[in-house]
Amino acid sequence: MQSTRWNALLVTMPPFAWITLFLFLPYCLLFCYSFWTLGEFQQILHHPTLTNYAHLFTNPLYLTVIFRSLRIAFSVVLLSLLIGYPLAYFLVFHSGRYRHLLYQAVIIPLWVSYLVRAYAWKVIFGNEGVLNTLLLWSHAVNHPLSFLLYSPFAVIVTLTHIYVPFVVLPVVASLEKIPRELLESSSDLGARPWQTFLRVILPLSLPGVISGATLAFLLSFGDFLAPLLLGGPSSVMIANIVANLFGADYNWPLGAAVAVVILIIVVTILSITQRLERRQRFA
Amino acid sequence: MSSRPAAVEHSIAAPAAEPAFLRIESVGKSFGTQRVLESISLDIQRGEFLTLLGESGSGKTTLLRIVAGFERATAGQILLEGERLDTLPPHRRPIHTVFQSYALFPHMSVFNNVAYGLRVRGCERAEAKSRVEAALAKVRMESFAKHFPRQISGGQKQRVALARALVNRPKVLLLDEPLSALDANLRVEMQRELKVLQQDLGITFLFVTHDQSEALAISDRVVLLHKGKIEQCGTPREIYARPHTAYSATFLGKSNLLRGVVKEGVVDCGIFSLPTQVPDGPTVFSLRPEAIAPASSSEGLVRFQARVLTEQFHGANTLVTLQCAGGVELTARLAAPLRSGESHSFAFRAEDCVPLEDGSQGKG
Repeated sequence: MQSTRWNALLVTMPPFAWITLFLFLPYCLLFCYSFWTLGEFQQILHHPTLTNYAHLFTNPLYLTVIFRSLRIAFSVVLLSLLIGYPLAYFLVFHSGRYRHLLYQAVIIPLWVSYLVRAYAWKVIFGNEGVLNTLLLWSHAVNHPLSFLLYSPFAVIVTLTHIYVPFVVLPVVASLEKIPRELLESSSDLGARPWQTFLRVILPLSLPGVISGATLAFLLSFGDFLAPLLLGGPSSVMIANIVANLFGADYNWPLGAAVAVVILIIVVTILSITQRLERRQRFA
Repeated sequence: MSSRPAAVEHSIAAPAAEPAFLRIESVGKSFGTQRVLESISLDIQRGEFLTLLGESGSGKTTLLRIVAGFERATAGQILLEGERLDTLPPHRRPIHTVFQSYALFPHMSVFNNVAYGLRVRGCERAEAKSRVEAALAKVRMESFAKHFPRQISGGQKQRVALARALVNRPKVLLLDEPLSALDANLRVEMQRELKVLQQDLGITFLFVTHDQSEALAISDRVVLLHKGKIEQCGTPREIYARPHTAYSATFLGKSNLLRGVVKEGVVDCGIFSLPTQVPDGPTVFSLRPEAIAPASSSEGLVRFQARVLTEQFHGANTLVTLQCAGGVELTARLAAPLRSGESHSFAFRAEDCVPLEDGSQGKG
């Protein structure tokens, strides 16, 4: 009895310590910092105030950037689903013996550094990039298209490219879990293929869609590199602001306040989608 | 167990008076180089309860799936009321299936599951509602309409699956081992219910099972499949009493296979001889264990002496192993137990000893 209790403690201690040290304590610190302020000489004053939050909600900069980040993340999710769902569907139901190969093709980009993939889009979208050169050469345009790079467009395309696998994998998993008899049974009962899709396949794959979408949404919402490398001033995202506040501006309290707001948004979205996902599980 | 096509064709030909309702014509199926079905021909009458019986790998489920439209036959055709059926996709066939796993939609209530077929066909709302309620009442599940499949038991799922198929008034209902997931008592109960339902509705049932006692209990006609071919076809009584082959004899219940040599209308099995119409030569006979009884004074029986080797008590009867002269062992099903080691006189009626068609080939 005594030894099993020790064993249980031994097993639970490391993850517990990990969570405390690397999640709980940092969040607490962050939360505390968000109530401090900066003094005259950029030193941190440990007098709790709400000025950071007041500043955050009155200065339009922050709210604009937060809404822009949400908008960009939402567009990325939409695009990733539009590309990822059909891809996952094809992979599960129609790829036949090429299924394994195609599955690998979806995963392999994940092995390539994020930075490399982001730079690749820079090469494609630049004024003298692959795409503009091609368009000029084929006389489709007379001047290089400048909206391609350093724009929200570039950020959305890059993030979509990076996060499509994050949508495909859970959707594939949920499509694979649908028993084939259900599809046969649907067709047996007189449903045309599109009716089977809308009434059986789509509803049963929703858990995968929700988890994939959540992943893509949260990862894009907090993305920092894509706007830095490919975005212009019009596509600065909230993570860039946080990075600046902690870095160049050396305003840790305000940075912490922004981070706390992000955290609240993320946790809210997570709890909503988790509830949605739970409601969609039937098996 | 090689078949003789002429005899098989003969046994499955429909009575000429009634044209076939569902006709399976020389249907064959191969997966790659593996032949699963070899030229199956079968006529099924309207309102018939026909069972495809066979062990796993016999091709029974493949044949059912071809009729349902989930598999394509590589040869032959299927006609329903004289019209080609095998060229239609499953959703356009007036045939519904009850799956072994029930295949109820987990995200829909019992009501919505049953209403599914009507909805996808654009049935009017009020009509759909009354038909679904009637179908649920028919299988005594009306009080579970709002439940989800995960909240009901196996037997209840079975009933819902049945209602879901029947609500669409199919011309043929296919049942793929629908009772195999149920426990023994419930299974017998459901067999009875299925039979009553089928007679009540007059729908043609094509039932697949590997359970010979289920097949005998439930069917109007049994088709025994073996290695992708029809081994034998007939009413349960026919097929049980007059097996054509050693496989039929042993798959449908227990049987004693007796080797003998026929000479001028008399077969000599060593222990006994009896008259027969089989041509001269070596042959094999089937003798059911229950045909053997302790000899009494009655006339017209074939008698032999044997010693009781072992006995197995089965409740209603006792299965005993008998050792006859020359070391031949026979199994008998007796009403009253006998003590092992004792010697007795036993008897059976000559017509219960059925000559097998594949006997002369020395197999079995």
